[in-house]
Amino acid sequence: MYTQGLDQQGKPEGKRDAPESAADLEAFQKRIDAEEKIEAKDWMPAAYRRTLVRQISQHAHSEIIGMQPEGNWLTRAPTLKRKAILLAKVQDEAGHGLYLYGAAETLGVSRDQMVADLLSGKAKYSTIFNYPTLTWADIGTIGWLVDGAAIMNQIPLCRCSYGPYARAMVRICKEESFHQRQGFDIMLVLCRGSGEQKAMAQDALDRWWWPSLMMFGPHDSESKHSAKSMAWKIKRFSNDELRQKFVDATVPQAEFLGLKMPDDDLRYDKKSGHYRFGEIDWQEFHDVIAGNGPCNRQRLEQRTRAQDDGAWVREAACAHAAKHAAKAA
Amino acid sequence: MQNKEWALYEVFIRTRAGLSHRHAGSLHAADDQMALDYARDTYTRRSEGVSLWVVRSDQIVASDPAESAAFFEPAEDKIYRHPTFYEIPDGVENL
Repeated sequence: MYTQGLDQQGKPEGKRDAPESAADLEAFQKRIDAEEKIEAKDWMPAAYRRTLVRQISQHAHSEIIGMQPEGNWLTRAPTLKRKAILLAKVQDEAGHGLYLYGAAETLGVSRDQMVADLLSGKAKYSTIFNYPTLTWADIGTIGWLVDGAAIMNQIPLCRCSYGPYARAMVRICKEESFHQRQGFDIMLVLCRGSGEQKAMAQDALDRWWWPSLMMFGPHDSESKHSAKSMAWKIKRFSNDELRQKFVDATVPQAEFLGLKMPDDDLRYDKKSGHYRFGEIDWQEFHDVIAGNGPCNRQRLEQRTRAQDDGAWVREAACAHAAKHAAKAA
Repeated sequence: MQNKEWALYEVFIRTRAGLSHRHAGSLHAADDQMALDYARDTYTRRSEGVSLWVVRSDQIVASDPAESAAFFEPAEDKIYRHPTFYEIPDGVENL
């Protein structure tokens, strides 16, 4: 049941984290190794809980901030059909954020706390959403590449050891495939269109390809949380494995579109059956994480403004509920 | 006052007539009607349901997983409640 969150709120941290004996930890790992799902009220190591809260809330924040680059094109979509599709997609992103906040709350962190951590800059979200959407082709590229990369990441999360997270991911993955296909469809139309349209598609791919590869996170050798998350079966594949899968799946799609990946080192390695690709600019990745991407400040400012502008609505809803409760009593 | 968090609700969906309601997730709302409207917008954007239940999370009484072994123990030793407990001689049919 999802009610666990409430039981734990307000309990002092020390009490919740109380003694963790070697026997408890071993029994927990045994459950994980046996592919048992962990549910909200089950005993779990404090570090497992913290890891999940960090990961699920970051994931939720990414969905919410991710509405902005695409929302930028809602009023400028080229046709009514595209506008309706984009609106549905952006609404899905909001929904995904809500499923994930709900899953994180089962671990004892409150919604208000998570929102506060996002707005203060304490909590992170995916670096990809700090890049601007300059043309309509960016919307196609986001659906195709960014949602494509997200799907690669998210499908294994449907088997995550933490039940509420895994269930939220099943729901999300069902909806993501529409996102990727509508993006590819936009690219297809542009690539079959005029020379100018195709150039627009190529330009968007040039700008989004490398940031999409960064979405999988640092190399396995650099990833500080990976090993533990794999042992706990929160993660099922390493960052580099997933990145490789994504490249292998996506390069032929670019070829079909007649677009060129912006990577001179990209080549097919017959022996392994994989595409080999050039080195990612990790300095750029770390700069964006540190808050110095092209749109970091704009994204948080807009999110803060939305939160502040909505305050009177939340207050009015509470007042309305209180009035009706009083009337009924 | 403005920082008062809306109550947590659990959402249950009946996907089609003939099936029982099943837990789908949770949401925050200021009152019951808003919870129902939000549940529709959040959990049934693709016609996933024909009926919705929302219930305040603090109204749910749940068993404690730490006590589950003891709590469910009374059923453990009553194997005679299962049909496989009984021996059926060869030749006896329709039983």
